[in-house]
Amino acid sequence: MSDHASQPGPEAPEGRTARREWPLWEVFIRGQHGMSHRHVGSLHAPDAERAMRAARDVYTRRHEGVSIWVVPSVQITASAPSEKGPMFDPADSKTYRHPTFFDIPDDVGAM
Amino acid sequence: MSATDPRPPASQPAAELFEFLCRMGDNTLVLGHRLSEWCGTAPALEEDIATANTALDLIGQTQMWLGLAAETEGAGRSADDLAMTRDAWDFRNLLLVEQPNGDFGRTLMRSFLFDAWHRLMLERLTLSGDPRVAAIAAKAVKEVAYHADRSAELVVALGDGTEESHGRMQAALDRLWPYAGEMLADDAIDRAMAEAGIAPLPSALADPWEESVRTTLTRATLTVPEGAFAHRGGKDGARHSEHLGHMLTTMQWLQRAYPGARW
Repeated sequence: MSDHASQPGPEAPEGRTARREWPLWEVFIRGQHGMSHRHVGSLHAPDAERAMRAARDVYTRRHEGVSIWVVPSVQITASAPSEKGPMFDPADSKTYRHPTFFDIPDDVGAM
Repeated sequence: MSATDPRPPASQPAAELFEFLCRMGDNTLVLGHRLSEWCGTAPALEEDIATANTALDLIGQTQMWLGLAAETEGAGRSADDLAMTRDAWDFRNLLLVEQPNGDFGRTLMRSFLFDAWHRLMLERLTLSGDPRVAAIAAKAVKEVAYHADRSAELVVALGDGTEESHGRMQAALDRLWPYAGEMLADDAIDRAMAEAGIAPLPSALADPWEESVRTTLTRATLTVPEGAFAHRGGKDGARHSEHLGHMLTTMQWLQRAYPGARW
Protein backbone atom coordinates (compact mmCIF):
# COMPACT_ATOMS: atom_id res chain seq x y z
CA MET A 1 0.00 0.00 0.00
CA SER A 2 2.72 2.45 -0.88
CA ASP A 3 1.19 3.58 -4.18
CA HIS A 4 -1.07 6.31 -2.82
CA ALA A 5 0.15 9.72 -1.78
CA SER A 6 1.14 9.96 1.85
CA GLN A 7 -0.58 12.29 4.23
CA PRO A 8 0.73 15.85 3.95
CA GLY A 9 3.46 15.92 6.54
CA PRO A 10 4.90 18.75 8.55
CA GLU A 11 6.73 21.54 6.77
CA ALA A 12 8.59 20.00 3.82
CA PRO A 13 12.27 20.97 3.78
CA GLU A 14 12.13 22.41 0.27
CA GLY A 15 8.92 24.37 0.88
CA ARG A 16 5.48 23.70 -0.51
CA THR A 17 6.53 22.06 -3.76
CA ALA A 18 7.56 18.84 -1.98
CA ARG A 19 4.05 18.39 -0.62
CA ARG A 20 1.93 15.71 -2.28
CA GLU A 21 -1.80 16.34 -2.32
CA TRP A 22 -4.48 13.68 -2.12
CA PRO A 23 -6.66 13.43 -5.25
CA LEU A 24 -9.81 15.52 -5.50
CA TRP A 25 -13.31 13.98 -5.27
CA GLU A 26 -16.71 15.44 -6.11
CA VAL A 27 -19.45 14.77 -3.58
CA PHE A 28 -23.13 14.19 -4.36
CA ILE A 29 -25.75 13.91 -1.64
CA ARG A 30 -29.30 12.65 -1.88
CA GLY A 31 -31.33 14.68 0.57
CA GLN A 32 -34.28 13.67 2.72
CA HIS A 33 -36.65 14.90 0.01
CA GLY A 34 -36.35 14.03 -3.64
CA MET A 35 -34.81 11.17 -5.54
CA SER A 36 -31.74 12.78 -7.08
CA HIS A 37 -28.21 13.13 -5.78
CA ARG A 38 -27.06 16.73 -5.97
CA HIS A 39 -23.54 18.06 -6.19
CA VAL A 40 -22.62 19.66 -2.87
CA GLY A 41 -18.88 20.24 -3.16
CA SER A 42 -15.54 18.53 -3.29
CA LEU A 43 -12.81 17.24 -0.97
CA HIS A 44 -9.39 15.61 -0.97
CA ALA A 45 -8.97 11.97 0.03
CA PRO A 46 -6.45 9.17 -0.63
CA ASP A 47 -9.05 6.64 -1.82
CA ALA A 48 -12.78 6.12 -2.39
CA GLU A 49 -13.44 4.64 1.03
CA ARG A 50 -11.80 7.56 2.81
CA ALA A 51 -13.55 10.01 0.47
CA MET A 52 -16.88 8.52 1.50
CA ARG A 53 -16.06 8.91 5.20
CA ALA A 54 -14.83 12.45 4.71
CA ALA A 55 -17.97 13.32 2.76
CA ARG A 56 -20.06 12.04 5.64
CA ASP A 57 -18.12 14.18 8.10
CA VAL A 58 -17.86 17.31 5.97
CA TYR A 59 -21.24 17.41 4.21
CA THR A 60 -23.84 15.55 6.29
CA ARG A 61 -23.22 16.97 9.76
CA ARG A 62 -26.65 18.56 9.90
CA HIS A 63 -28.52 15.53 8.68
CA GLU A 64 -28.56 16.74 5.09
CA GLY A 65 -28.49 13.36 3.42
CA VAL A 66 -29.62 9.78 3.21
CA SER A 67 -27.15 8.68 0.51
CA ILE A 68 -23.72 9.79 -0.71
CA TRP A 69 -21.89 9.39 -4.02
CA VAL A 70 -18.22 10.27 -4.41
CA VAL A 71 -16.63 10.54 -7.85
CA PRO A 72 -12.98 11.22 -8.74
CA SER A 73 -12.96 14.76 -10.12
CA VAL A 74 -10.70 13.71 -13.02
CA GLN A 75 -13.48 11.39 -14.21
CA ILE A 76 -15.79 14.32 -14.87
CA THR A 77 -15.88 15.77 -18.39
CA ALA A 78 -17.11 19.35 -18.30
CA SER A 79 -18.47 21.61 -21.03
CA ALA A 80 -16.31 24.61 -21.84
CA PRO A 81 -17.64 27.95 -20.55
CA SER A 82 -16.37 29.61 -23.79
CA GLU A 83 -18.79 27.48 -25.82
CA LYS A 84 -21.75 28.52 -23.73
CA GLY A 85 -23.47 30.32 -26.65
CA PRO A 86 -23.63 27.50 -29.18
CA MET A 87 -24.30 24.98 -26.43
CA PHE A 88 -27.24 26.60 -24.72
CA ASP A 89 -28.60 29.62 -26.59
CA PRO A 90 -30.51 27.58 -29.21
CA ALA A 91 -32.78 26.33 -26.43
CA ASP A 92 -33.97 29.89 -25.73
CA SER A 93 -37.58 30.79 -26.55
CA LYS A 94 -38.72 27.25 -27.23
CA THR A 95 -41.33 27.08 -24.52
CA TYR A 96 -43.14 24.27 -26.32
CA ARG A 97 -40.31 22.02 -25.17
CA HIS A 98 -41.38 22.42 -21.56
CA PRO A 99 -43.77 19.64 -20.59
CA THR A 100 -45.92 22.04 -18.60
CA PHE A 101 -48.97 21.50 -20.81
CA PHE A 102 -49.46 17.90 -19.77
CA ASP A 103 -51.04 16.28 -16.73
CA ILE A 104 -48.73 13.63 -15.29
CA PRO A 105 -50.64 10.40 -14.52
CA ASP A 106 -50.42 9.32 -10.89
CA ASP A 107 -49.05 5.93 -11.97
CA VAL A 108 -45.82 7.57 -13.11
CA GLY A 109 -44.81 8.22 -9.50
CA ALA A 110 -41.98 10.54 -8.55
CA MET A 111 -40.44 12.48 -11.44
CA MET B 1 -23.79 -11.55 46.76
CA SER B 2 -24.39 -14.70 48.80
CA ALA B 3 -27.49 -15.30 50.90
CA THR B 4 -25.54 -14.85 54.13
CA ASP B 5 -24.04 -11.55 53.02
CA PRO B 6 -24.98 -9.05 55.76
CA ARG B 7 -24.97 -6.07 53.42
CA PRO B 8 -28.30 -4.68 52.25
CA PRO B 9 -29.17 -5.24 48.59
CA ALA B 10 -27.43 -2.72 46.38
CA SER B 11 -30.64 -1.23 45.05
CA GLN B 12 -29.58 2.37 45.67
CA PRO B 13 -25.81 2.47 45.27
CA ALA B 14 -25.93 6.24 44.81
CA ALA B 15 -22.34 7.03 45.76
CA GLU B 16 -20.96 4.24 43.58
CA LEU B 17 -23.30 5.16 40.75
CA PHE B 18 -22.09 8.77 40.91
CA GLU B 19 -18.49 7.54 40.64
CA PHE B 20 -19.35 5.30 37.70
CA LEU B 21 -21.18 8.09 35.86
CA CYS B 22 -18.24 10.43 36.42
CA ARG B 23 -15.95 7.79 34.91
CA MET B 24 -18.06 7.57 31.77
CA GLY B 25 -18.52 11.34 31.53
CA ASP B 26 -14.93 12.24 32.35
CA ASN B 27 -13.63 9.84 29.69
CA THR B 28 -15.73 11.51 27.04
CA LEU B 29 -15.03 15.02 28.36
CA VAL B 30 -11.26 14.62 28.50
CA LEU B 31 -10.94 12.79 25.17
CA GLY B 32 -13.40 15.24 23.60
CA HIS B 33 -11.28 18.16 24.75
CA ARG B 34 -8.06 16.49 23.61
CA LEU B 35 -9.52 15.93 20.12
CA SER B 36 -10.80 19.51 19.99
CA GLU B 37 -7.18 20.66 20.40
CA TRP B 38 -6.68 19.61 16.75
CA CYS B 39 -9.35 22.03 15.54
CA GLY B 40 -7.73 24.19 12.86
CA THR B 41 -4.36 22.40 12.97
CA ALA B 42 -5.01 18.81 11.80
CA PRO B 43 -2.84 17.61 8.90
CA ALA B 44 -5.69 17.82 6.37
CA LEU B 45 -8.91 19.84 6.28
CA GLU B 46 -11.03 16.68 5.97
CA GLU B 47 -9.39 15.08 9.00
CA ASP B 48 -9.71 18.34 10.91
CA ILE B 49 -13.48 18.37 10.43
CA ALA B 50 -13.85 14.65 11.16
CA THR B 51 -11.82 15.01 14.36
CA ALA B 52 -13.85 18.01 15.49
CA ASN B 53 -17.07 16.07 14.77
CA THR B 54 -15.87 13.26 16.99
CA ALA B 55 -14.95 15.74 19.71
CA LEU B 56 -18.46 17.22 19.56
CA ASP B 57 -20.05 13.77 19.76
CA LEU B 58 -18.02 13.08 22.90
CA ILE B 59 -18.86 16.43 24.52
CA GLY B 60 -22.54 15.74 23.80
CA GLN B 61 -22.23 12.40 25.56
CA THR B 62 -20.49 14.16 28.45
CA GLN B 63 -23.54 16.36 28.96
CA MET B 64 -25.69 13.27 29.35
CA TRP B 65 -23.34 11.33 31.65
CA LEU B 66 -22.41 14.24 33.88
CA GLY B 67 -26.01 15.49 33.83
CA LEU B 68 -27.13 12.16 35.26
CA ALA B 69 -24.16 12.16 37.67
CA ALA B 70 -25.19 15.56 39.01
CA GLU B 71 -28.79 14.41 39.35
CA THR B 72 -27.66 11.25 41.18
CA GLU B 73 -25.45 13.25 43.51
CA GLY B 74 -28.34 15.55 44.39
CA ALA B 75 -26.04 18.26 45.76
CA GLY B 76 -27.27 21.03 43.51
CA ARG B 77 -24.37 20.77 41.09
CA SER B 78 -24.91 20.75 37.32
CA ALA B 79 -23.04 18.93 34.54
CA ASP B 80 -21.25 22.21 33.83
CA ASP B 81 -20.21 22.52 37.49
CA LEU B 82 -18.77 19.03 37.42
CA ALA B 83 -16.90 19.66 34.17
CA MET B 84 -15.59 23.11 34.90
CA THR B 85 -15.01 23.39 38.64
CA ARG B 86 -13.59 20.05 39.77
CA ASP B 87 -9.81 19.79 40.07
CA ALA B 88 -7.66 17.01 38.64
CA TRP B 89 -7.92 14.68 41.64
CA ASP B 90 -11.72 14.64 41.33
CA PHE B 91 -11.61 13.53 37.70
CA ARG B 92 -12.33 9.85 37.07
CA ASN B 93 -11.17 9.42 33.48
CA LEU B 94 -8.77 6.74 32.30
CA LEU B 95 -5.11 7.73 32.10
CA LEU B 96 -5.17 6.80 28.41
CA VAL B 97 -7.50 9.60 27.33
CA GLU B 98 -5.61 12.37 29.16
CA GLN B 99 -2.34 11.57 27.36
CA PRO B 100 -1.25 14.46 25.13
CA ASN B 101 -2.07 14.35 21.43
CA GLY B 102 1.52 14.02 20.19
CA ASP B 103 1.52 13.66 16.40
CA PHE B 104 -1.64 12.75 14.50
CA GLY B 105 -0.65 9.08 14.56
CA ARG B 106 -0.50 9.02 18.34
CA THR B 107 -3.86 10.79 18.55
CA LEU B 108 -5.37 8.15 16.26
CA MET B 109 -3.83 5.27 18.18
CA ARG B 110 -5.17 6.67 21.47
CA SER B 111 -8.65 6.95 19.95
CA PHE B 112 -8.41 3.48 18.41
CA LEU B 113 -7.55 1.78 21.73
CA PHE B 114 -10.26 3.72 23.57
CA ASP B 115 -12.97 3.50 20.87
CA ALA B 116 -12.76 -0.31 20.75
CA TRP B 117 -13.35 -0.42 24.52
CA HIS B 118 -15.95 2.37 24.48
CA ARG B 119 -18.04 0.57 21.86
CA LEU B 120 -18.05 -2.72 23.81
CA MET B 121 -18.88 -0.93 27.05
CA LEU B 122 -21.77 1.04 25.53
CA GLU B 123 -23.18 -2.02 23.77
CA ARG B 124 -23.45 -3.73 27.14
CA LEU B 125 -24.73 -0.60 28.87
CA THR B 126 -27.69 -0.54 26.49
CA LEU B 127 -28.83 -3.57 28.54
CA SER B 128 -28.24 -1.82 31.88
CA GLY B 129 -30.72 -2.40 34.69
CA ASP B 130 -30.84 1.38 35.14
CA PRO B 131 -33.07 2.65 32.31
CA ARG B 132 -31.41 6.09 32.38
CA VAL B 133 -28.00 4.54 31.80
CA ALA B 134 -29.42 2.30 29.06
CA ALA B 135 -30.98 5.31 27.31
CA ILE B 136 -27.74 7.29 27.27
CA ALA B 137 -25.82 4.26 26.01
CA ALA B 138 -28.35 3.64 23.24
CA LYS B 139 -27.87 7.18 21.96
CA ALA B 140 -24.07 7.18 22.31
CA VAL B 141 -23.36 3.74 20.87
CA LYS B 142 -24.32 4.77 17.32
CA GLU B 143 -21.84 7.63 17.39
CA VAL B 144 -19.14 5.52 18.95
CA ALA B 145 -19.58 2.66 16.46
CA TYR B 146 -18.65 5.20 13.78
CA HIS B 147 -15.68 6.49 15.81
CA ALA B 148 -14.41 2.92 16.26
CA ASP B 149 -14.75 2.06 12.54
CA ARG B 150 -13.03 5.27 11.52
CA SER B 151 -10.09 5.06 13.92
CA ALA B 152 -9.52 1.35 13.12
CA GLU B 153 -9.54 2.06 9.39
CA LEU B 154 -7.02 4.87 9.75
CA VAL B 155 -4.77 2.79 12.00
CA VAL B 156 -4.67 0.16 9.23
CA ALA B 157 -4.10 2.75 6.50
CA LEU B 158 -1.23 4.42 8.35
CA GLY B 159 0.23 1.30 9.96
CA ASP B 160 0.29 -0.50 6.61
CA GLY B 161 1.27 2.71 4.82
CA THR B 162 4.64 4.27 4.16
CA GLU B 163 7.79 3.58 6.14
CA GLU B 164 7.30 6.95 7.84
CA SER B 165 3.65 6.37 8.82
CA HIS B 166 4.33 2.79 9.93
CA GLY B 167 7.16 3.97 12.19
CA ARG B 168 4.96 6.63 13.77
CA MET B 169 2.09 4.24 14.40
CA GLN B 170 4.37 1.61 15.93
CA ALA B 171 5.92 4.27 18.20
CA ALA B 172 2.42 5.40 19.21
CA LEU B 173 1.37 1.84 20.01
CA ASP B 174 4.53 1.18 22.05
CA ARG B 175 3.92 4.34 24.03
CA LEU B 176 0.18 3.95 24.65
CA TRP B 177 -0.17 0.19 25.13
CA PRO B 178 0.71 0.31 28.88
CA TYR B 179 -2.23 2.69 29.34
CA ALA B 180 -4.77 0.26 27.83
CA GLY B 181 -4.83 -2.19 30.77
CA GLU B 182 -6.62 0.26 33.05
CA MET B 183 -9.75 -0.03 30.90
CA LEU B 184 -10.03 -3.74 31.63
CA ALA B 185 -9.22 -3.88 35.36
CA ASP B 186 -11.99 -4.15 37.99
CA ASP B 187 -12.15 -2.25 41.26
CA ALA B 188 -14.71 -1.87 44.07
CA ILE B 189 -16.85 0.61 42.12
CA ASP B 190 -16.95 -1.71 39.10
CA ARG B 191 -17.96 -4.64 41.28
CA ALA B 192 -20.72 -2.61 42.93
CA MET B 193 -22.06 -1.62 39.51
CA ALA B 194 -21.96 -5.21 38.29
CA GLU B 195 -23.72 -6.48 41.41
CA ALA B 196 -26.44 -3.87 40.97
CA GLY B 197 -26.87 -4.91 37.31
CA ILE B 198 -25.99 -1.43 36.11
CA ALA B 199 -22.75 -2.07 34.22
CA PRO B 200 -20.57 -5.00 33.14
CA LEU B 201 -17.28 -5.76 34.85
CA PRO B 202 -14.46 -4.21 32.82
CA SER B 203 -12.66 -7.57 32.94
CA ALA B 204 -15.60 -9.08 31.04
CA LEU B 205 -14.69 -6.81 28.11
CA ALA B 206 -11.06 -7.92 28.04
CA ASP B 207 -11.39 -10.88 25.65
CA PRO B 208 -13.52 -9.22 22.98
CA TRP B 209 -11.42 -6.05 23.25
CA GLU B 210 -8.13 -7.92 22.82
CA GLU B 211 -9.52 -9.88 19.91
CA SER B 212 -10.81 -6.87 17.97
CA VAL B 213 -7.76 -4.74 18.70
CA ARG B 214 -5.25 -7.45 17.81
CA THR B 215 -7.09 -8.26 14.58
CA THR B 216 -6.88 -4.64 13.48
CA LEU B 217 -3.26 -4.23 14.58
CA THR B 218 -2.30 -7.34 12.61
CA ARG B 219 -3.94 -5.90 9.50
CA ALA B 220 -2.02 -2.70 10.23
CA THR B 221 1.26 -4.72 10.27
CA LEU B 222 1.94 -3.40 13.78
CA THR B 223 3.51 -5.41 16.60
CA VAL B 224 1.75 -5.50 19.96
CA PRO B 225 4.29 -4.82 22.73
CA GLU B 226 5.00 -7.68 25.11
CA GLY B 227 4.47 -7.40 28.83
CA ALA B 228 1.32 -6.88 30.85
CA PHE B 229 2.35 -3.78 32.79
CA ALA B 230 -0.54 -1.33 33.05
CA HIS B 231 -0.52 2.18 34.48
CA ARG B 232 -3.30 2.67 37.04
CA GLY B 233 -4.77 5.58 38.91
CA GLY B 234 -6.95 7.47 36.43
CA LYS B 235 -10.42 6.09 36.97
CA ASP B 236 -10.10 6.18 40.77
CA GLY B 237 -8.41 9.58 40.65
CA ALA B 238 -5.48 8.37 42.75
CA ARG B 239 -2.69 9.11 40.33
CA HIS B 240 -3.51 11.18 37.28
CA SER B 241 -0.58 12.09 35.04
CA GLU B 242 0.65 15.68 35.13
CA HIS B 243 -0.92 16.21 31.70
CA LEU B 244 -4.46 16.33 33.07
CA GLY B 245 -3.80 19.40 35.24
CA HIS B 246 -2.33 21.29 32.29
CA MET B 247 -5.31 20.37 30.14
CA LEU B 248 -7.81 21.46 32.80
CA THR B 249 -5.99 24.78 33.21
CA THR B 250 -6.83 25.54 29.59
CA MET B 251 -10.27 23.94 29.52
CA GLN B 252 -11.55 25.46 32.77
CA TRP B 253 -9.89 28.85 32.56
CA LEU B 254 -12.95 30.85 31.56
CA GLN B 255 -15.26 29.44 34.24
CA ARG B 256 -12.51 29.80 36.84
CA ALA B 257 -11.84 33.45 35.93
CA TYR B 258 -15.49 34.41 35.35
CA PRO B 259 -17.62 31.97 37.39
CA GLY B 260 -21.03 31.34 35.89
CA ALA B 261 -20.24 33.23 32.66
CA ARG B 262 -22.69 32.40 29.84
CA TRP B 263 -22.98 33.21 26.18
